[in-house]
Parts: sequence; C-alpha cells; structure tokens
Amino acid sequence: MSGVYVVLEERDGRIGRISWEAVAAGQRLGEQLSQPVTAVVLGAATEGQATEAAAKGLGKVVRVEHPLLAQYTADGFIAALQQLIEKESPAAVVFPHTYQVRDYAPALAARLGQVLISDVVAIGDGPVFTRQLMQGRLTGSYRHAGNGPCLVSVQAGAFRAEAAEAGKAEITNFTPAIDAAQIRTKPGAPFRGSAQTVDLGSAQLIVAVGRGIKEAENLPMVQELATALGAELAASRPICDNGWLPMERQVGSSGQTVAPKLYLAVGISGAIQHLVGMKGSQCIVAINKDPEAPIFEVADYGIAGDLFEVVPALTEAIKAAGH
Amino acid sequence: MKIIVAIKQVPERDAQVRIDAAGKWIDESGLQWALNESDAYALEEALQLKEKNGGEVVVVTAGPERVGTTIREALAKGADRAIHIDCDDLGSRDALGVARLLAAAVKAENADLVLTGLQSEDLGLGQTGVIVAELLGLPHSTLILQVEKSETGLKVKRELEEGWFQTIELPTPAVLTIQSGGNKLRYATLMGIKKAKTKEVRVVTAAELGVDGAATVVLEKIALPQKQKTTQMLPGNAKEAAAALVEKLKFEARVL
Repeated sequence: MSGVYVVLEERDGRIGRISWEAVAAGQRLGEQLSQPVTAVVLGAATEGQATEAAAKGLGKVVRVEHPLLAQYTADGFIAALQQLIEKESPAAVVFPHTYQVRDYAPALAARLGQVLISDVVAIGDGPVFTRQLMQGRLTGSYRHAGNGPCLVSVQAGAFRAEAAEAGKAEITNFTPAIDAAQIRTKPGAPFRGSAQTVDLGSAQLIVAVGRGIKEAENLPMVQELATALGAELAASRPICDNGWLPMERQVGSSGQTVAPKLYLAVGISGAIQHLVGMKGSQCIVAINKDPEAPIFEVADYGIAGDLFEVVPALTEAIKAAGH
Repeated sequence: MKIIVAIKQVPERDAQVRIDAAGKWIDESGLQWALNESDAYALEEALQLKEKNGGEVVVVTAGPERVGTTIREALAKGADRAIHIDCDDLGSRDALGVARLLAAAVKAENADLVLTGLQSEDLGLGQTGVIVAELLGLPHSTLILQVEKSETGLKVKRELEEGWFQTIELPTPAVLTIQSGGNKLRYATLMGIKKAKTKEVRVVTAAELGVDGAATVVLEKIALPQKQKTTQMLPGNAKEAAAALVEKLKFEARVL
C-alpha cells in the first residue's frame, strides 16, 4: 500500500474548486505519510481534466476512462474506482465532500471493507481526522484502524485551494471493465428548480433568518430590518423547507453561496451546511439566544440575546443612524 | 408496496450538550431526544406512498431502550409495525457497523423500498442509507425530494448542489435517502397515538442478528470546536447592543 490518491470532480467542464481543496488535503496527508500524491479523473473523455490536473504538484494523474462513465452513476463510479484501488492499492484516497461523492463513496468504501471518514475539516498528526458533530457544536477526532486504504472526504472550504502546489505531473491511463448491465440507475439531465429572480451572489448586504424565528408570522420583523439596511433577505434551509420563503433565498450547500460585505444571521445556529454557503462573507454578525451556537465561531460581531427584542432595536438604531 | 424506513433517535435540536468524563461522547443523562429530522421526512414519504399505492410501512431503528419513544411516535404517525434492534453500543460502531445491523434486520422483509434520512443530526455522517444499499445489493439514490412509482420501478427527484435537480429512474427494490423539505410533515393524531399502543414492535439484539461490533474507523475523542475568528460579543440590553453594533459596522468594519 502506497500513495495518496485524490479523486477530482468536474464542474461545468473544469475541475471544481473543492477538488483543488481536496488536492491540498491530499498533499498535506502525503507529506505526513511521506508518500507521493496522485490525482484521479473519471469520465468518458478526460483529457481536459487530466491536463488541468497535471499542472499541479502531483506524482501522476490517472485518467479513468470508459464510455459508461460519460454521466455520473454510483454503479459506474464504484465499479471503476474499486478496480483502480484494488490494482494500485493506495494508502489513502481523498475525495471532495460533494453531493456526488456522498452518493457513492460510502458504498465504495463498504465494498472495499472500509469506512469513509466523511466531511473532514482538518488533518492532524497521526493522521487524525477532525470532523464536526452535533451540527457543529462539537468536533470529533477519528482514526482509521483497519487494514487497507483509508478513505476520507473533505468539507468545502476546510483546505485552501491555493495551497495545492503547482508542478508538472505525468499522465497515465486506466480502463476499467464496466458492463452496461451493472448500471442500474438511469440519470436524467440536471435542471433548475424554478426561475431565479434573486441573485444573492451579487448582494452587498444580506440579512439571513433561521429557525429561531419560530413562526412564518414573525418574518416581517426581519424583512423590516433588511429593508432598513437596504439588504436582501435570505434564509437557512429549514425556513425554505417550511415554505416560509422561496427556495431561491436559501444560503448553504443546497442553496446559494454568498460572500457579501455584511452577512447578518438572525436566529441561525450555524450548521455546517449553512456555514459553507456564507463563511466567505467580509463581515459576519450573528444574533442568537444561544451563546454556544456554532454561528458565533465564524462571526465578527455577536449579540447573544432574544432576537425578538434585538431585531426591532437594531432596525430602529439603523434608521436613527440615517443609513 | 412494502416500505422499510430506517430512523434514528437523536438529541433534541436545542439540547445543551456536554462532553462526558471520558471525552469520547456526550453526557446523555438528562438529554431530551427526538426523531432525526430527515428521517421524519423519509417516514412522511413512505406514508404518502402507502396512501397512494397501498402496502405496508415498517420502521426499523437501533439503540437502547429509550428509542422506544421514537418508535411509538413513528407508529402513531401511521407506520404499521416496527423492528427495534436493541443495542447500547451504537456509539462505538462505525457507519458500516450500524448499516450491518440495519441490513441484517430488514433483509428477510424483502421490501420493495428502503428509505432513510440523508444524514443524522448528531454524527452527520450521511452514509448509512448508501451502505445499507451496498450490503443488500440494491440500487440507490441520495438526497431525494420526491418519489413516484413508475411502470418499471421508481422515478425520483434528486437534489444537486446550488439549486439544481435531476430526475433518476431506478428499478425496485431500491434504497433512497431522503432530503428534508420534500413534503409537509404530519403530526400524530390522538387516534394514531391510541392505535400505536397495539402495533407490533419486534425486538432483536445484535447477537441474534449475527453482527459483531468490529470497527475500522474509531472516534477517539470529542471536543469543543476551535473558533475560526475572534468574535466581539456586544453586551447590554437589546437597545444598547443594537446601538453598539451599528457603531461597529459603520466605523470599525466600515460595511455600512
């Protein structure tokens, strides 16, 4: 067993940012284990991806190519990666923690008799892998105790894509044996949910509301604050799940990723799925009754208090300041 | 259509969690417990499929005696019967270990569909359903918002990232992990609560299922997260804190 393998993922014809973060994590792990790092690209035509990856400081890039990998299916990807891992027996395999990886990597690990350490936010000496527990209120340190490869997926934003070192890697090919009958699911083309009328991504000021608001009837209070600031109103997932605000106003891993000048989070506890969508904001303010809420870990300013008192007071203060 | 729903009891969302003396898990004494939210959506999807297509809904869960309250809640909402895998070492089992328990408990049921939530609110691994599919040798799909029966099996709506979706067709039997928000959750009715008391709950142990506790991934310790930023907490009553915040935003952060 040797080598750290990083499985890259394509997005809009290019390797996605989170995959470069996974490369940075792989290089960190490679240093620790004193092992070379290999990138893996999968698809029916992977030349573009492979060329892009070869410009990084990697031992090599493996093109896993097969016509049946043209569109992602769990069955196809599991079969292909199982064969590659069994042939090359790496010490560790790193994945970006995307929806696609969540769909197949746990089953791939099980097929190899392993368990994926999912959603890792840090890699310490050992290696010890840190991931969040209890919606971000606690962290857990995990260790791989089995024989065979250690499989890890890394959370978006946990490693710096810029930290992926540059270089020039050799490109090799691997052709897996996949039979059409092995692929049991038939995926359709991706589509947008509804017409997008709000572009939160370009908003300079955002007021976001979460579960702490308790009832749909209380939303106008937060809308008033947003209006006073001239900000867009956004929400965490539960608010949109309840149908209180349209899905297009949702910030987080399943919604939009935003980075405004000011992100004011009202009654949002700060589960990781929400944080990945907003932690790049320039200034983060959190208002929450629970001073232990994880949102305060990323906030620049915090008010630990009852939002039903703080929000109207803030609206008044902003109006008084003539904003 | 026979549908299995794998559910989990987790600490209530607002529960104050404390690290236990050994530093390996939370102190469970005095905690309030609840049905994991995405599992509640999985149960709702199952109940609606049964209402449309007929059949049976069986819930399965693993855990100590306390999970009985969550089982009763699922039965009160309309599940027909339950399987309780009685074990008090869930915390030391890894995702594969827990999936082995669930797969062993439901295999003989030969269900048409196995549903579960996409992830738990306590461990948040998001793996159990996918591994159960692998162990049962069934096709699967994850992050599902809608399930429709089709002539050849199922047609499901899968959530992708950043507001995109995808339709996936797959044959039955199959395993799906359900994303929250696809349906409106129902409450248990008084009649439902009354009926739940007479419904079958079969209790099995890990030993009876022939599943050992071997783990390849070990949770060594838990801790409070390290802060990523220095947060200035603004003290005082609501009015004072609000005034201080506006000052800070204007003159320190300069974002207003």
